[in-house]
Amino acid sequence: MKFGIVTFPGSNCDYDTFHAVVDTLGEEAVLLWHKDHDLQGSDVVILPGGFSYGDYLRPGAIARFSPIMQEVVQHADRGGPVIAICNGFQIACEAGLLPGALLRNASLKFVCAPIHLHVESTDSMFTSRYERGQSIVLPIAHGDGRYSADDETLDRLEGEGRVVFRYAPSALEAEEAYNPNGSMRDIAGILNGAGNVLGMMPHPERAVDALLGSTDGLPLFESILQRVAV
Amino acid sequence: MSRYRVAVQVVPRRGLLDPQGKAVADALHTLGFGGVAAVHVGRHLVLDVDAADADTARRQTREMCERLLANPVTEDYEIAEVTPS
Repeated sequence: MKFGIVTFPGSNCDYDTFHAVVDTLGEEAVLLWHKDHDLQGSDVVILPGGFSYGDYLRPGAIARFSPIMQEVVQHADRGGPVIAICNGFQIACEAGLLPGALLRNASLKFVCAPIHLHVESTDSMFTSRYERGQSIVLPIAHGDGRYSADDETLDRLEGEGRVVFRYAPSALEAEEAYNPNGSMRDIAGILNGAGNVLGMMPHPERAVDALLGSTDGLPLFESILQRVAV
Repeated sequence: MSRYRVAVQVVPRRGLLDPQGKAVADALHTLGFGGVAAVHVGRHLVLDVDAADADTARRQTREMCERLLANPVTEDYEIAEVTPS
């Protein structure tokens, strides 16, 4: 399977993602330049983390107009899988691939830490290798991760099982504040209506090697391999 | 075709948590400005637009706001003024 990883000016997780796909997963990956109009036959597109266009205006607001995004949107419209991580999530929301928006963290602080998540749904092509309700640890690193949408949108996301990851207390610190950014309904990751676009603030690509603290991101990539077997 | 200077204000939608505004309000209270009930921090954009007339410049700017300058999910915008420049 071929993964296409988009490099925008200011992306900084593109090589981490490349490493996760190629060295850990053992699959093929290609870096796609934002000015190109060619996904080079990618089966899965990843919008990686970073600070595309310096977060000017709003995070993701300018990147969504990069030439490659036309192809990414067409790929998504055809049902092609898209994983939008961190800044990629912000870009996907700005591009209308996902509902809602990501605002400045409620604390106003950039938060860089491993956090606990609950896997809320294992029906998706991105989460089938997790256990429902499984508690996992993934790193976050963002200043604008407060997921926001109107109540109707939030109700629909929950009703349709499209909230796949939620910030959750760990067993040890049940009383501690666990929502790192003030996201509405503790939302950390969502799906589009068709289920082929995943947006999430935590970084699964940085959690594929026990040496670096966690392998809880690996099942996400393995889920796609299983479901999108080519 | 004339050139117009268009001023646009973009502010967080009322009702959404605005931590930046709250931090500024807290600082103003610390300075003794106890009468400040709320602060909302947004963006002020100034555009020089070439258009046939002021109404066209305003209409084009509104479209720019809808498509890029403001996020329709979380922000409100106001075209504050359109003046010949």
